[in-house]
Amino acid sequence: MTADMGAGVRIDVTVNGRARSLEVRPHHTLLDVLRDDLGLTGTKECCLVGECGACTVLVDGVSVDSCLVLAAEADGTAVLTVEGLATGDRLGRLQETFLETGAAQCGFCIPGQLMAAHALLATNPRPTRADVEEGLAGNLCRCGGYEQIIEAVLAAAERTEAAS
Amino acid sequence: MRAFTYERPTRLDDALALLAAHGPEARLLAGGTDLIIRLRDGSIRPRVVVDLKRIAELDADIREADGGLRIGARAVMTDIAADARIVRDYEALAEAAAVVGSIQIRNRATLAGNICNASPAADTAPSLLVYGARVIVAGVAGTRAVPLDEVFVRSGVTTLAADEIVTAIELPRPAKPGRSVHVRRTRRRGHDLASVTLTCAVDTDGLTRLAYGSLGPRPLLVADDTGLLADPAAPDAAKAERLETLFAAAAPSPRSMRASPDYRLAMLHVLGLRAVGTAIDRLTGGSAR
Repeated sequence: MTADMGAGVRIDVTVNGRARSLEVRPHHTLLDVLRDDLGLTGTKECCLVGECGACTVLVDGVSVDSCLVLAAEADGTAVLTVEGLATGDRLGRLQETFLETGAAQCGFCIPGQLMAAHALLATNPRPTRADVEEGLAGNLCRCGGYEQIIEAVLAAAERTEAAS
Repeated sequence: MRAFTYERPTRLDDALALLAAHGPEARLLAGGTDLIIRLRDGSIRPRVVVDLKRIAELDADIREADGGLRIGARAVMTDIAADARIVRDYEALAEAAAVVGSIQIRNRATLAGNICNASPAADTAPSLLVYGARVIVAGVAGTRAVPLDEVFVRSGVTTLAADEIVTAIELPRPAKPGRSVHVRRTRRRGHDLASVTLTCAVDTDGLTRLAYGSLGPRPLLVADDTGLLADPAAPDAAKAERLETLFAAAAPSPRSMRASPDYRLAMLHVLGLRAVGTAIDRLTGGSAR
């Protein structure tokens, strides 16, 4: 009943809108597969214990730390990474406001911050400052750029409201 | 991470059979927020990981049962914090679930996993103890209900057998109307493990129940049936003295990095008194003090 130790697992997963069928190792995480198998290196590997949020992606619209999800668990889901926020050469609204407010300093945490912010705005399009602080509490920024990051998320929310 | 075999059974019987076949070489995977950390750091090295998320009998539903609530083994913290019935009738559990880890963690971490991991600092444990939660456990011999207070032993160790699987957590209907609150102390705002995590419930019969964690090998439940703690008019000094007696078993580890034993004990008493006050305020609508 039990397959060979460590034998590959076939998964079907939609990544940034594109259907993929992949053979993954059972002990490889979703983060490993995104970066190493699919070349989507926007998602960052950092603490590997679910404390920093640098590896945040959306699985079926819900934000998760991809370092704490086995790739095999992602079978049948739709995954959105930071690469999926832009359309061709056009950045998404959050990415634009992050650039404008200077939210990206060294930039390492930014893909995770963007994905956490994207998940927040999807469920709460007009967040208060406190909502943003709570929504991004799982994402650390070693440059200490929190003020600009919060400002960027609030600006994106305002701009979305103005455009609709 | 060391290689293992990944199994994804769709029936509970198949999962139980895998546990029976592999014994301690098998580990159960629900949300993975604790398990994958331990797989990666090598502190556990199972040959088989059994993913529970496709098992038909294990659901993420929160539904009414026997006047109380039944929380399915796959329900995650986000579900629990947002459930209107939990917010209304078991408010301290909703409050505790809302501060576990970060949003990313709460979207994956299950209540059942929080129990099975048996961390002394588990934020949901004090609320579940105060509400008299029962853990529903399936094994090859059948299903049994275990009071949560009889489950915890010490960090990572429970009285559940290695070949058993938690299928649900039941919250009985409170005997008397009451109000409750969860409070905790962390080193920083945002995402952190608790140095003290505590729940207090006060009911209209004058019964006060307190449970606290992160102050010893397992979370502990105590009760005051003298009516003193629940009395809005009783002086704080008398309540502090009563809490001193109730918290006598607190034995924080000197080896933990998060806070010294002295600090934890001091904060336990501060938070205990504060939580009693908040629960009374909620029960009386803030009019009694």
